[in-house]
Amino acid sequence: MPSVTDDEIAVDPADYARAEINASLKPKQKIGFFREMIRIRRFEQTSLKYYNQGMMGGFLHLYIGQEAVAVGTVSLLGKNDHVITAYRDHGHALAVGMGMNECMAELFGKATGCSRGKGGSMHFFAPDKNYWGGHGIVGGQTPLGLGLAYGLKYKGLKGCALCFMGDGAVNQGAYHESLNLAALWKLPVVYIIENNKYSMGTTLERSSAMRNCLAERADGYGIVWDIANGEDLYEVRAKTASAMRRAHDQSLPTVLEVDTYRYYGHSVADANTKKYRSPEEIERHKNHHDPIRLWKKRLIDECVFTEAEADAIDEAAKEEADTAAQFAIDSDTPAPETIFEDVYWEVDNKTDAGSTGKHFFGD
Amino acid sequence: MPLITYRKALNDALAEEISRDENVVIIGEEVAQYNGAYKVTEGLWQRFGDKRVVDAPISEAGFIGMGIGASMLGIRPVMELMFWSFAYVAWDQIIDNAGQVRYMSGGLINCPIVIRGPANGGTSVGATHSHTPENFIANTPGLKVVCPATAYDAKGLMKSAIRDNDPVCVMENTLLYGESWEVPEEEYLIPLGVADIKRKGTDVSLIAHGRAVITALKAAEILAAEHDIHAEVLDLRSIRPLDEEAILNSVRKTHRAVLVDENKPFCGVSAQIAATIQEKAFDDLDAPVQRVCALDAPAIYSPALENLQLPTVSRIIEKVLQIR
Ligand SMILES: Cc1ncc(C[n+]2csc(CCOP(=O)(O)OP(=O)(O)O)c2C)c(N)n1
Ligand SMILES: [Mg+2]
Repeated sequence: MPSVTDDEIAVDPADYARAEINASLKPKQKIGFFREMIRIRRFEQTSLKYYNQGMMGGFLHLYIGQEAVAVGTVSLLGKNDHVITAYRDHGHALAVGMGMNECMAELFGKATGCSRGKGGSMHFFAPDKNYWGGHGIVGGQTPLGLGLAYGLKYKGLKGCALCFMGDGAVNQGAYHESLNLAALWKLPVVYIIENNKYSMGTTLERSSAMRNCLAERADGYGIVWDIANGEDLYEVRAKTASAMRRAHDQSLPTVLEVDTYRYYGHSVADANTKKYRSPEEIERHKNHHDPIRLWKKRLIDECVFTEAEADAIDEAAKEEADTAAQFAIDSDTPAPETIFEDVYWEVDNKTDAGSTGKHFFGD
Repeated sequence: MPLITYRKALNDALAEEISRDENVVIIGEEVAQYNGAYKVTEGLWQRFGDKRVVDAPISEAGFIGMGIGASMLGIRPVMELMFWSFAYVAWDQIIDNAGQVRYMSGGLINCPIVIRGPANGGTSVGATHSHTPENFIANTPGLKVVCPATAYDAKGLMKSAIRDNDPVCVMENTLLYGESWEVPEEEYLIPLGVADIKRKGTDVSLIAHGRAVITALKAAEILAAEHDIHAEVLDLRSIRPLDEEAILNSVRKTHRAVLVDENKPFCGVSAQIAATIQEKAFDDLDAPVQRVCALDAPAIYSPALENLQLPTVSRIIEKVLQIR
């Protein structure tokens, strides 16, 4: 049993729409969540098209199927709340308000990209939006998320860090060390395990020893944990809000495991995607558990919008993604001399400290 | 001789050693049921089963350390790192445990482990995934490191690495996995610490390891065809142990050296080679030793620029022409 009681969320567990955090939502906000989710999906589908045409390098890890997690959680952020995630980072990036243009341009490796073409798909950042990446090493971001929480507490700010990770990342030592520190030092961090059941081609059962679920491991550290259904945006919001309250009011960590699913392979290069799981399984999720479809249906049922209005939002998202792709195509590649920029702050800022001694070595 | 890929050569080496020695076990992420992220272990799980080919969760410090511990008992684990870039998660295990335990036990313990996987830039996977840590490993007495440039070398070095009684790091290259070379059908080994002249020449020594050897060979061809300069290409193959004699012999013959290195220049492998040449063959040199390294910044993602960052044929030619 999750260590969070339903009292804390104060709602009939069957209907998280009535949770306080959701009951107060205006129709405009609910439509906004739909728009955010469909924007993520259309952005990624467009990026996939160009990736397949060979216009991008490296890996492309698609978030499609998981959109309600990023949009639901990020919708709760206040001024002092921060976000950090792994390499499957496009969804969180758009959810925090990064523009499609700079994200798409980054995928194309262009100078106009959010990281000036230096990071690529796995490494999107926007500190001005409290978004700290975009990290390629599995589990590597988990102590960083803790550090954001530490920084907030140190500064006396009422905020928290949402640190996203995959179900495979829970087996890295850095995560366990982070949990201990989080509990020991009472740090306002929320670890959100996006459990999409696979780490590359390995199922949950083949990678993780556990009693009932991954979040439950938090028990060993005395950390409160919970599980959420990632196809229901209301539930994601309700449970994240409760974790964030714990962080804000008591400066305590939470581990929240969100059940979700990715439709595409681990990355686009994953040739085995239909070998380690059945096509039926993928279809079942698309047809019955798709967070965007379910949200759309819910909003139509609630008379928040009509099918036609939803379609118009979708069309606009597609257009926005196409425009972003054109922006990326038309943008310049970074100039060769920029290779040596952004390595040292002192050098970039031409300070005294940046000019004593040799910082770069030639052939 | 049949032409086989670098990937297949490694696969054959692993299969042969698993068959030969019951203590050889392959462990790593996605090595068994998925056939390896880069398919180096393709078919091995099917052929040899769960005991010999083992899928590990994403816990590099844990499973690499476990392999080192098992090797102390005489198991011969061949550990796959999906990328050598992920070795940093397991760095303490590799450097402190595999690297130092023999010394600190006064020679009572040895670790016959192989840690292998790709270590290269050039595929636009960003700075976190493009590390080439052969210089870091070589900086640690107690560890060995080899960087095969061809399928032939990959197979022979891998088999020797597995039979070696010390920890050996084998650094492969994702850009070479699909390339083919002639590989004999009969069994052979390539001893660690023996360099190979990949192209004979008289005018300048291009000294390289890993994929930089391939780049150097292309440059040598153009130098011969367009500039009448006959470059010798010396492939180090093994970084530690290092074939110093081969380096010195080549430089004594050509009197000029251009070192080609996909490492960053500062304390890169070529820095050690340059020091060796000036210490031991100073009088044989007709020109300063030159280097062509990766441009000194983290690996850039942008595909347009990343190709400039690694040593290119034109940068090599330019350097050679400067000291002709
Ligand atoms: C330290 C490290 N080891 C291995 C990898 C290669 N790798 C990248 S993603 C991944 C699977 C991670 O799965 P999970 O945490 O479930 O996240 P998901 O991809 O499902 O979002 C692996 C093995 C890596 N990037 N970093
Ligand atoms: Mg996963």
